Amino acid sequence: MRMTLALARAGFRRYSTYRQATAASILTNSMFGFLRVYVLFAAVAAAGGVAGGYTREQLSTYTWVTQGMIGVVALWGWNELADKVRTGEVVGDLLRPVNPIWTYFATDLGRAGFASCTRLLAPIVVGALVFPFYWPRHPASYPLFLVSVLLAVSVCFALRYLVNLSAFWLLDSRGITAVWTLVSGLGAGLYFPMSFLPGWLAFVMQYLTPFPSIMQFPADVLVERDGFGGQFTRLAVQALWALICLAIVFAVQRRAVRKLVVQGG
Amino acid sequence: MAEHKLLRPYAKMLTAQVRSQAQYRSSFFIDMAVQTGFSAADFVTVMVMFGVTTALGGFGLVDVLVISGVSATGFALADLTVGNVERLKTYVRTGLLDAMLIRPRRVLPQLLVVDFQLRRVGRVAVGVTVLVVALTASDIDWTWWRIALIATVPLAGALYFSAMFVMTASVAFWWIESGEFANAFTYGGRELTTYPINIYANFFRNLFAFGLGFGFVAYYPTLLILGRPDPLGLPGWLGLAVFPVALIAAGLAALVWHNGIRHYKGTGS
Repeated sequence: MRMTLALARAGFRRYSTYRQATAASILTNSMFGFLRVYVLFAAVAAAGGVAGGYTREQLSTYTWVTQGMIGVVALWGWNELADKVRTGEVVGDLLRPVNPIWTYFATDLGRAGFASCTRLLAPIVVGALVFPFYWPRHPASYPLFLVSVLLAVSVCFALRYLVNLSAFWLLDSRGITAVWTLVSGLGAGLYFPMSFLPGWLAFVMQYLTPFPSIMQFPADVLVERDGFGGQFTRLAVQALWALICLAIVFAVQRRAVRKLVVQGG
Repeated sequence: MAEHKLLRPYAKMLTAQVRSQAQYRSSFFIDMAVQTGFSAADFVTVMVMFGVTTALGGFGLVDVLVISGVSATGFALADLTVGNVERLKTYVRTGLLDAMLIRPRRVLPQLLVVDFQLRRVGRVAVGVTVLVVALTASDIDWTWWRIALIATVPLAGALYFSAMFVMTASVAFWWIESGEFANAFTYGGRELTTYPINIYANFFRNLFAFGLGFGFVAYYPTLLILGRPDPLGLPGWLGLAVFPVALIAAGLAALVWHNGIRHYKGTGS
């Protein structure tokens, strides 16, 4: 436990040094927040006030939360492990007495903690200042949202780790990474919530794939979709996906390590 | 003949680059399929929006798809030819740019040729396909000037987006840790021009559509092609503004680039 905390603190501190890059990311996320809110507002205006079960205010909050979540779950651009596999440095990770999954997970939680204070908060403030905004009616929604964010980070971490593990077989995991970038953006609900899709497809995406757990569900929990029942269902689905994905990560890593051949002396 | 000699090294670098990318064929095709998927995702988003609504800013699906098609074709052409200038920040950070500066060739063409990504051809194909399908689905009164317009507007758009790519990439000369900053104007610009500009509210629209000129890239030319009046009440000839706007943007981009190169002192690595 002490080690986990130390690693998380190191992750927090490491990312807090990239201040300019953080500022640039907030600017870019906010720009896309503006663009997406206007499109969703135009859609909801022509649809008569409600689209896909969301009101105007709910869609605004939804958009700013998902834009902020990009940084918190680190949806794109993590290939630290894949790089280490390619260069062989991964051996150093494997020699330590702790499974590297836990080391990376703890560090990632620290990173997510820093991102929550900056990259999640800033777009929400911008959105709340400029647009009509949906504030949760129930105080319990705030702690539920935090739990949902934590689960989202866990699911996303596991999936990113899995993408990186593919480097053990492919060496060049760029193709898989690109597929992940495309599918995760669409499936996580970054461009539109899954309930905008036709009924059966929305069902498949929301309950049979892990992607909405990464972004859409935390936003749904905050805008109180389907009341308490809906919030708890979403948290349960997220928790289930977190367990499944982490279990797969452990299994795949075991096979990957068995395959590993260390080159040179 | 002199011109031929001048271009030959670039042509050689380009063919070498393309041939090396074509070596790993399966990897290349996966890459291209994914790139194509990224472009398609934009249109999927437009279609999904029309799954829950009947109009955006008073425009129906086919009208919006013409706007998106014009924007996507222009953007994809720019992305294919100069999009990889976005790697400038990596070259500055790692000091690789110094290697290019000491060669007796211009830096920008070197940079573009060295990283040329053939797989981006897929994006152009998606843009052109959507544009053609949307144009056939709409009942446009085809006159010679409309045909001339639809053939040239995406090219002017490509010039405009190319200027955006170069201008925002140049920021790395001053601000090394610029991160994703450029994306706000390049990819953000593409997203902005995908939809009719009357859906954006006052301040935002004035700044980006009119101030930075994004509104002239796809929206106004499309109004002229569709023969529709502007819901904002501006005159139809603004559909031709894309040509001077693209030229001005290109001029500014050249200016920023040259200042950046002069400002660059290396990172000391």
